[in-house]
Amino acid sequence: MRRFVFLTPLALSLIIGAFAVWGLLNDRNPSEIPSALINRSVPNFDLLPLPGLNSPGLSKKELLNLEKVSVVNFFASWCLPCRAEHQSFIKLSRNDDIELLGINYKDNDKDALDWLTELGNPYTYVGNDFSGRTGIDWGITGVPETFIVNKNGKVVHRFSGPLVGERFEEFKELLMLELK
Amino acid sequence: MIPELGQFSLILALLIAIVQSTLPITGLVRKNSIWINSAKYLALLQFFLVLIAFMALMRSYIVSDFTVTNVVNNSHSNKPLLYKIVGTWGNHEGSILLWVLILVAFGGALSLFGSNIPTTLRARVLSVQGWICVGFISFMLFTSNPFERTFPPPLNGNDLNPLLQDIGLAIHPPLLYVGYVGFSIVFSFAIAALLEGEVSSAWARWVRPWILISWTSLSAGIALGAWWAYYELGWGGWWFWDPVENVSFMPWLVGTALLHSAIVTEKRGAFKAWTVLLAILTFSLSLLGTFIVRSGLLTSVHSFAVDPERGIYILILLALSIGGSLLLFAYRAPSLEGGGLFSPISRESGLLLNNLFLTTSAAIVLFGTLYPLFLEGITGEKISVGPPFFNISFTPIGLMLGSTMAIGPYLKWKKADIAGILSRIKFLIFVSLGVSLFVWYLKTSGPVFAIVGVGVSFWLFTATLFEWMDRVKLINKDYSDIFKRIRSQPRSANGMTIAHLGMSFIILGVVCSSAWKEEVIGFVEKGSQLEVASFLVTFGGVSLYQGPNYNSEKATVKVEKDGKFLENLYPERRSYLATGTSTTESAIRQSLAGDLYVTISEPANNKFKGKWVLRLIYEPLVNFIWLGASFLALGGIISITDKRYKVGRTFKYRRTKPANKVVRLDNF
Repeated sequence: MRRFVFLTPLALSLIIGAFAVWGLLNDRNPSEIPSALINRSVPNFDLLPLPGLNSPGLSKKELLNLEKVSVVNFFASWCLPCRAEHQSFIKLSRNDDIELLGINYKDNDKDALDWLTELGNPYTYVGNDFSGRTGIDWGITGVPETFIVNKNGKVVHRFSGPLVGERFEEFKELLMLELK
Repeated sequence: MIPELGQFSLILALLIAIVQSTLPITGLVRKNSIWINSAKYLALLQFFLVLIAFMALMRSYIVSDFTVTNVVNNSHSNKPLLYKIVGTWGNHEGSILLWVLILVAFGGALSLFGSNIPTTLRARVLSVQGWICVGFISFMLFTSNPFERTFPPPLNGNDLNPLLQDIGLAIHPPLLYVGYVGFSIVFSFAIAALLEGEVSSAWARWVRPWILISWTSLSAGIALGAWWAYYELGWGGWWFWDPVENVSFMPWLVGTALLHSAIVTEKRGAFKAWTVLLAILTFSLSLLGTFIVRSGLLTSVHSFAVDPERGIYILILLALSIGGSLLLFAYRAPSLEGGGLFSPISRESGLLLNNLFLTTSAAIVLFGTLYPLFLEGITGEKISVGPPFFNISFTPIGLMLGSTMAIGPYLKWKKADIAGILSRIKFLIFVSLGVSLFVWYLKTSGPVFAIVGVGVSFWLFTATLFEWMDRVKLINKDYSDIFKRIRSQPRSANGMTIAHLGMSFIILGVVCSSAWKEEVIGFVEKGSQLEVASFLVTFGGVSLYQGPNYNSEKATVKVEKDGKFLENLYPERRSYLATGTSTTESAIRQSLAGDLYVTISEPANNKFKGKWVLRLIYEPLVNFIWLGASFLALGGIISITDKRYKVGRTFKYRRTKPANKVVRLDNF
């Protein structure tokens, strides 16, 4: 009995160690916070169009009326990673089964317009979230951030950070799965 | 050339460490006194080799040698010289090198000043120390080599994170590391004792100065870290229960328990296995801290470059050192004989209670820190454990510890007369209750813990002071030769009083600054006024100036109280050119009554373009935390100088002559 008492510290440290091994070997990112929106309907929002751009504005109603798999991308002209991932969306816009929806986040109208003119506009709808209010409702932590929304208006995936290279491939795979 | 010299020294140090970890201990088995004695010289040699490596890296930083990858990643030629030097340990590789330097410095110090310790014990201790050195030097060489070169060398470096370009970085990590790593010697002592199968009072006396040095540095290091967060990060707080803060706090809690239980082992020969266990746990928790900080296992605001390979290497080191030592403990500790008997009310019991409180609180902090990991492992759910959990669970224990530690020094060894003690100090209990009630009357809205906390702090302060006055016969109004009597007290007894007084200050500062903090935030332009805690603050606009490696927007903020001008404060917003990041430089009006803390930032929303966000925080009595921490450190330093630990001299311990009646050794 007495022996067992002296073994407790070792036993406890082994338990902690087991969790540490799991935590290290498992491919996980402790600072990644899962979006609370996953498997929920998109939040309410109603955004005006960007003045001077011939894409209409975006609201929850319009998104639900699409009845298509859609990709909601938060971007801003002041955000360099957004510039980096923009080509990915241009490529994606050739696919007619997917609706690409942009939300311009905390941006200046003219800068955003210039940016879309320079790099091309892959979005069918662009909502102007000047105040950042819609960004808060979607729970974004920064730009770029991208959501995959299914036909019923449910958020199924969320990506934070630019979709380039491997991450873009991963994103495309998940998107294709959703289309099936 | 010089970096290669450093690299070479480091490799040599690894080889020496391998020899140090095997030769002396084999010598003990073979009874070869030359092999046994080699430990001393090997430890010194190793210290010099690592010192050369450290100097070589520091030189690369000072001359901005951009052929060294580490310097490229963390320095810039425009950086002020002080931060070039400090930058040596402002990164993962360099800080591990500092860690190892301190580790071998402790080994060297034991060689030089440990002549009072029997050669065999010292050889064992240094061998165990050698094992730790092998682990960490190889970790550095194989996964985090600070001397890696880069070709072609870039024109300039990436600069050091601006938050770290601060005087706090110059002193906080070294002190913290002296604390963390100092416990390695204590750990080695514990392992050596387990190997020998004997823990004696003498052992406890030999190890005590090392506990004191480490504990003092750790206390100072943690306090400095809190202070640095307070004025540099610009959040207006000094403790956030962040995992990395917690991992430095746990060794402190367990180390404090060790500091007290070792007294019982030294004086009464009891608590042997427990003291050894605490010695192992303190260092294990330091290692766990290193692991958590470097592996990216938990999410934290303090980040080092995360690399899973490093994490696995440290995890293996941890498994070997912690697992091995606890296994040895389980095997050997049951045979350690317990010492003297004591009654339920005695100094032994008091110290036992203290140990229970301290280890329980350490367990709470450990649980709270690792809980997200446990939960994610079991259910896959991700959560973070924030301040509310720690505040609720830690505060009651802290306050209970605070109120019982006031009585501890009154208790006698073996059997104490609690009724007699209470009748002598019951008036202090009433006065402290009165203080609590008075605070309640003043601040009816205050949280209960704060009202109780002020009372506990007052009680601890007065009871500690009263006990000391009693000891030096001030209570009897005997003022003759008062200084002589104070000086004839054992240093460790005076040290204890000072440290306990420090704790009462810390409790006061922590409680008041968290319970009665006032905060006002406003969008301001030139001439705007805000009010906080009876201060009237006027924003006087922003001017630009250029620092050595940054541009700054400096605001002038006028502070008035009751219509009287007090002073101008200058909070800044700095943009560092090389990294493109900015930092907040708070301006603080300090006073013992409370700090007025001012920061500025640009509004995130475009609607407020042209305005500034002015944040004012009033933190009452916050400086008592730093005052208390300095008392803790001072108490520790005074205790180290106690005669009976006189390191470096052949040990002759005799009780001070009974002729001097003032010294009551049983009352230490």
